[in-house]
Amino acid sequence: MSRIEILKTYKIYIGGQFPRTESGRYYPLKNKKGEVTATICLSSRKDFRNAVVAARGAFGGWSSRSAFNRGQILYRIAEMLEGRKEQFVSELILQGATATAAKQEVELSIDRMVYYAGWCDKFQQVFSSVNPVASSHFNFSVPEPTGVVAIIASEENSLIGLVTAIAPVIAGGNTCVVLASESKPLCAVTFAEVLNTSDLPGGIVNILTGNSSELHSHFSTHMDVNSLIYYRNNKQEIKTMKENASLNVKRVFIYDKLNVNSEGSQSPYFIADTQETKTTWHPIENIGSSKAGY
Amino acid sequence: MSTKKEIKLDFNSAWELDPAPEDTKHVSIKKQYDLFINGEFVKPNSKKYFATYNPATEEKISEIAEADEKDVDKAVKAARAAFGPWSKLSGKERGKYIYRIARLMQERAREFAVIETMEGGKPIRESRDIDIPLAANHFFYYAGWADKLEYAFPNKNPKPLGVAGQIIPWNFPLLMAAWKIAPALACGNTVVLKPAETTSLTALKLAELIRDSGLPKGVVNIITGAGKTGAAIVNHPDINKIAFTGSTDIGKLIQKSIAGTDKKLTLELGGKAANIIFEDAPIDQAVEGIINGIFFNQGHVCCAGSRLFVQESIADIVIQKLKDRMETLKVGDPMDKNTDIGAINSKEQLLKIQEYFKIGKNEGADFYQSSCSIPKKGYFIKPTLFLNTSQSHRIVQEEIFGPVLAIQTFRTIEEVIEKANNIPYGLSAGVWTDKGSKIFNLTTKLRAGIVWANTFNKFDPTSPFGGYKESGFGREGGLHGLSAYLDLK
Repeated sequence: MSRIEILKTYKIYIGGQFPRTESGRYYPLKNKKGEVTATICLSSRKDFRNAVVAARGAFGGWSSRSAFNRGQILYRIAEMLEGRKEQFVSELILQGATATAAKQEVELSIDRMVYYAGWCDKFQQVFSSVNPVASSHFNFSVPEPTGVVAIIASEENSLIGLVTAIAPVIAGGNTCVVLASESKPLCAVTFAEVLNTSDLPGGIVNILTGNSSELHSHFSTHMDVNSLIYYRNNKQEIKTMKENASLNVKRVFIYDKLNVNSEGSQSPYFIADTQETKTTWHPIENIGSSKAGY
Repeated sequence: MSTKKEIKLDFNSAWELDPAPEDTKHVSIKKQYDLFINGEFVKPNSKKYFATYNPATEEKISEIAEADEKDVDKAVKAARAAFGPWSKLSGKERGKYIYRIARLMQERAREFAVIETMEGGKPIRESRDIDIPLAANHFFYYAGWADKLEYAFPNKNPKPLGVAGQIIPWNFPLLMAAWKIAPALACGNTVVLKPAETTSLTALKLAELIRDSGLPKGVVNIITGAGKTGAAIVNHPDINKIAFTGSTDIGKLIQKSIAGTDKKLTLELGGKAANIIFEDAPIDQAVEGIINGIFFNQGHVCCAGSRLFVQESIADIVIQKLKDRMETLKVGDPMDKNTDIGAINSKEQLLKIQEYFKIGKNEGADFYQSSCSIPKKGYFIKPTLFLNTSQSHRIVQEEIFGPVLAIQTFRTIEEVIEKANNIPYGLSAGVWTDKGSKIFNLTTKLRAGIVWANTFNKFDPTSPFGGYKESGFGREGGLHGLSAYLDLK
């Protein structure tokens, strides 16, 4: 007698926990033959709001970790991804990818995570400055994370779309809530499991599955979200999100034309998007030995 | 701890200052000003002009053209036509034009200072020593960037954006014009700039100066008017970039109204800065910092230190010293070189500040003003404190934009960080303590774009300026200020 396979329950990821959507709603994920392969949570506004609370709660701790420590944790995520390679490949195949494309996507995702792990303690040096003011002050500018970032990830891409969106945001010390691809959600949930076993404290990355046309207005009207990033190309959603962003002056980044599979979709400038520049002044005492010439 | 009367300094009884007004005769102001479009002054389409007044005397100074949509369109067309040749000009040559503007401004500095004070109400001491020199230095600084842009952003190939629409406020008229125009030109853009309707004159004098500098026609267009003119700029379809400095309310409107377009946006909006005094601070210096923080430019400063947090153990002595120091402030004729606090910029702003007096009193805060006299004519307000305020008071949460300070006390660092950050704004903050590690603890935790430690209200062309949260996004000044005017894709 052949063994009966254990099927996985796909849930969402909020504050380091794996709850089902509070709404109890779901949508079926079907394969090419039209068979139901999984039941996916159709996240609600309330799920999003819970996720923002978790993200805000995690922000203070994550942003004040040392950059070196953040780098180690991102590297750990890459290690865990590598260990789960086969699972991601089979999920991508289940979602319609060829075996070759699936393998490529997983490897690119792992490498991209390592790429951003390395940037964690370097981008500050690229984007900082000491400013030679004309008065007797020491003055410098450094990047600091914007805060809570709400992301609507690419619809066409699964794992690589998530990694491209999340890695630069958390590398810079932000926390985030991410809506995964509606049609390719399997890797998102498995990716959450990777994060959960990577020493990444709960709440830093929160992942929802569901429908962008329902959620994009909630993402953009929430008053405790500091920044929005959108990787799709629905013009109406873009306009609505940009309009709503004005409610609390959110920083909006639209990557409707970005190919997340390209080399050009990774750079420290994506980290800089969700950074603020802080400039600090302090007087310099100009008494006594100021004329010393040696 | 209570302060003994005998340690109080007496500044007033020993000497009186004679009036020392700056001479205004050498200044040339025309009776009427037209719009500066495509290198020349042209009449507005509507033929309408509005009067501009001296807020210290309530006398009319001149008449300013009101630009409508057709005028805006004309200015944008001129800027568009000029963009091609200007952006193709080598950075080296672009820079030389900007250097010329800086030099001409230095040569005409006194005239600019006098007009800035006549129309804006700020003390001549500030326009002469701060506004005008900083404006000229800003042009000088960015002139040098024009041929060095490829060094600013590693691995990028910076390109200009196109036509920039720029809308500026009335609190630092010429300086804000410089902050907008200088980096835009250095990066190869052309501009349409609108000054605030109560302070158009120094922008129009800048237009004359730009004409004299030989800058190619249409590279800088300066048009005047009120909110409708600004809206016409924001909504013009052939503008690539909007840069706005002003209130958070208008900033939000602008962000919303360009949502369906690809226009790039930077916003420098309101603020309500926390100025935090710890018990180990050098108290006399801190009191100077409080005074400078809230009474500089009549408090018409987006980064003004309008919320004072004093550690409880030194609250009595700090507040006493602050009151003593306030007694020495001279409020009155802005043209007088001894004046510390000039005129409120407009009647509208005067009424708004007075409205907040009512609000604060109704909320239960204690109202205090210095005993000075103020001129009968003109718009003046005595330096004002609100004591015993709390976080929920509107006078603590909202930007008043006047010489009004809301004071709270605190006990622990955690408490003051929480209170300082618990506000939608995040433009600036001040910290006063003798302990270095405490400074860095505070400066890293305060959610604000500029933190002044043991100083306040300092500005420099090389120093990036701009806010967190609802105080806006983007930076002006320094290397960081370039990215607002470049396509870095």
